[in-house]
Amino acid sequence: MDWGNIFGNAVGEIISPTTAAYALAAIGLGVHFGYTGLLNFGQAAFLLIGAYAFAIPTLAGAPIIVAVLSAIICSVIFAFILGIPTLRLRADYLAIVTIASAEVVRYIVTTTGLTDFTGAANGLSGFKGTFAAINPIPQGTYGFGPFTYNEYDWWVRIVGWALVILASVLVFLLMRSPWGRVVKGIREDEDAVRSLGKNVYSYKMQALVIGGVMGSVAGIVFILPRAVQPANYTTGLTFFIWTIMLLGGAATIFGPIVGSMIFWVVLSLTQGILYGAIESGALTFISTTQAGQIRFILVGVALMLLVIFRPQGIFGNKKELSFSV
Amino acid sequence: MIAGIRIGPGVRLVTMILTALALCLGVVLGSGALTANAATTPVPTPAPTQSGDFTNTYTITGILRDGDTLVTGAEITVEGGGFSEVATTDDTGRWSVVVPEKGEYTVTLDVDTLPEGVALRDADKSTATVAADEWQVNTITRSFPLGADTRQTTGFFEQFLQRLAAGLNFGLLIALAAIGITLIFGTTGLNNFAHGEMVTFGAIVAWVFAVLLGLNIFVAMVIALVLGGVFGYLNDWLLWRPLRRKGVKLVQAMIVSIGLAIAVRYLYLFNIGGDTKTMSVGLSDVVVLGPVRITTGSIISMVISIVALLLVGLFLTRTRIGKATRAVSDNPSLAAASGIDVDRIIRIVWVLAGALAALAGVMLALYRQVSWDMGFQVLLLMFAAVTLGGLGSAYGALVGSIVVGLFVELSTLFIPADLKYAAALVVLIVVLLVRPQGILGRKERIG
Repeated sequence: MDWGNIFGNAVGEIISPTTAAYALAAIGLGVHFGYTGLLNFGQAAFLLIGAYAFAIPTLAGAPIIVAVLSAIICSVIFAFILGIPTLRLRADYLAIVTIASAEVVRYIVTTTGLTDFTGAANGLSGFKGTFAAINPIPQGTYGFGPFTYNEYDWWVRIVGWALVILASVLVFLLMRSPWGRVVKGIREDEDAVRSLGKNVYSYKMQALVIGGVMGSVAGIVFILPRAVQPANYTTGLTFFIWTIMLLGGAATIFGPIVGSMIFWVVLSLTQGILYGAIESGALTFISTTQAGQIRFILVGVALMLLVIFRPQGIFGNKKELSFSV
Repeated sequence: MIAGIRIGPGVRLVTMILTALALCLGVVLGSGALTANAATTPVPTPAPTQSGDFTNTYTITGILRDGDTLVTGAEITVEGGGFSEVATTDDTGRWSVVVPEKGEYTVTLDVDTLPEGVALRDADKSTATVAADEWQVNTITRSFPLGADTRQTTGFFEQFLQRLAAGLNFGLLIALAAIGITLIFGTTGLNNFAHGEMVTFGAIVAWVFAVLLGLNIFVAMVIALVLGGVFGYLNDWLLWRPLRRKGVKLVQAMIVSIGLAIAVRYLYLFNIGGDTKTMSVGLSDVVVLGPVRITTGSIISMVISIVALLLVGLFLTRTRIGKATRAVSDNPSLAAASGIDVDRIIRIVWVLAGALAALAGVMLALYRQVSWDMGFQVLLLMFAAVTLGGLGSAYGALVGSIVVGLFVELSTLFIPADLKYAAALVVLIVVLLVRPQGILGRKERIG
């Protein structure tokens, strides 16, 4: 087994744009669930909307600023559509409705009737031009060891992680503001906050919009190194983001970031070790495809153990986040 | 006190994970045999090249089959460049036409020569073309995907009745599984996201026994029912009871069930692979009931669903345990105070839910085919059904399921078929807007 390569790949995951995108989506989900207590199981829909609302205008020739604005506006609209019927409902209803809406959105972009806009099951590609055009880094390969990338890869990483830091600072400032205290109050005891004369519904909606916009920006970061594939936006994506958020700690600033790093490093390590063991003949009874599936079995088991034994995550404070329902 | 309680679930959980891993390793050894067996379905082989007048023979060939049934006696015409020849499929479903040159040809299947009940899956695709630049090889294959006869030769009303029958069938099937969800929710407050995996479990068990081991489908159905019950019991015994003891909150438990669903689903994928298994058990004969064409499998499935639902209804209303179940569903503390063993009732509910979900899985396997994520694909529809009817209400689940089933099938009359599930989920959202407690739910359940 080539341990150097396995560890190199795993270490590379720490700053990969995918890790950044998941961290960003988990920060958004943290605003929903960690701080406000909203059970949003449709975060994948926000990523999907961000991705398509960015890619479709770009392919139609719009400049990058318009494409990004379109992604943000679409996710705000979607948050309203999602929130109006559901935010008055009990938590578990919200979970079912958000997961259902996420699937509805995915069915819509996959339908063959909209192939001209969404590319149906094939998705979209070829939208990186406008983003690459504003890249200030001159052409070439930079970096050292496992962190050696070309100028586009560095540009995606820098922008992705800058957005993650921006979102974290925003959440930090929001949550120590009066707004944040109200929102956390809603998580702890909705009726108490309502009795203080606060419009709980409106605060929940604002939290849904803020987290959703972060999700849609995560969707843009997620597609920059790859193509838009509707198959990426299944409920599995939402559950991974949940695992990441709960791993680090839902109501923490660094939790989603570290959670995402740990998640992807561990996935990369297990994949590397399993593939290496299979290729070197140490593991003979499974195929490389099955090795990929073992990782998902482990994700499922990890999610269960995490929620049962350490629901507050690695950084979380047990008093800060106890499941109230 | 907390430490004392924590050890129990911890040991149970570790046991559960070890059992799961042992199971997966055990089945892996057998899965080689499974896949080998499943791969023996006939594969189209190029027809032997005939030496004719042509120095190089160019052939257009293909194989016609409807699922696993080979279609014989169908006529296929190959035309192009002044050349025209009609080929008839032989008893292995094969046809082939030797063409004079590497040119453009049109291949047409004469739909009228297909046997009764067999039609093109896509009625517009009775012709296929062969382009001149495709002749990199001497043999070109053209296939005509066949499926159940869904030709739009009938009027709107007949179409409507046809979809109505299919929707009713699908609705009853969802109801079987959804009643389990609603009973579990009613008695424990848990939204079980791993319910889809219980459905898949039944389908896989039935597939293993009926297709791989060649048992009668009804025997396989009973085996699936029993093992499904056992699976439900194990779910409760190994996971949910320890968690209840530990005092795990409901939202936490819901996320645990999501983790369980992911783990179990990928365990299935690990063991049976990602391809769709055909459930060919000889229940695909078409029966014509007035304007409605329906397969014997669907009729049997509807009858079994109705009988099972009636039995569940009688169980809930007439037996002591059934009444106790409804009492626990209504108010667990009050039920416990009046001498009902709540834990035992919950255990019974899990066994019942597991068995019904497995039965639904077998029906779903007959209705479609078997795949590792089939249960997950219908999970949201089951939740939609339960939510539509009102969480926690067994009759609500039945009504909601039939609404969802009918809506899924009837919506295909107006919107593209690949959006039919989306339509059902949109209905869920709309109903929650106007009547949040569901169709039969009571208002105070919403909180």
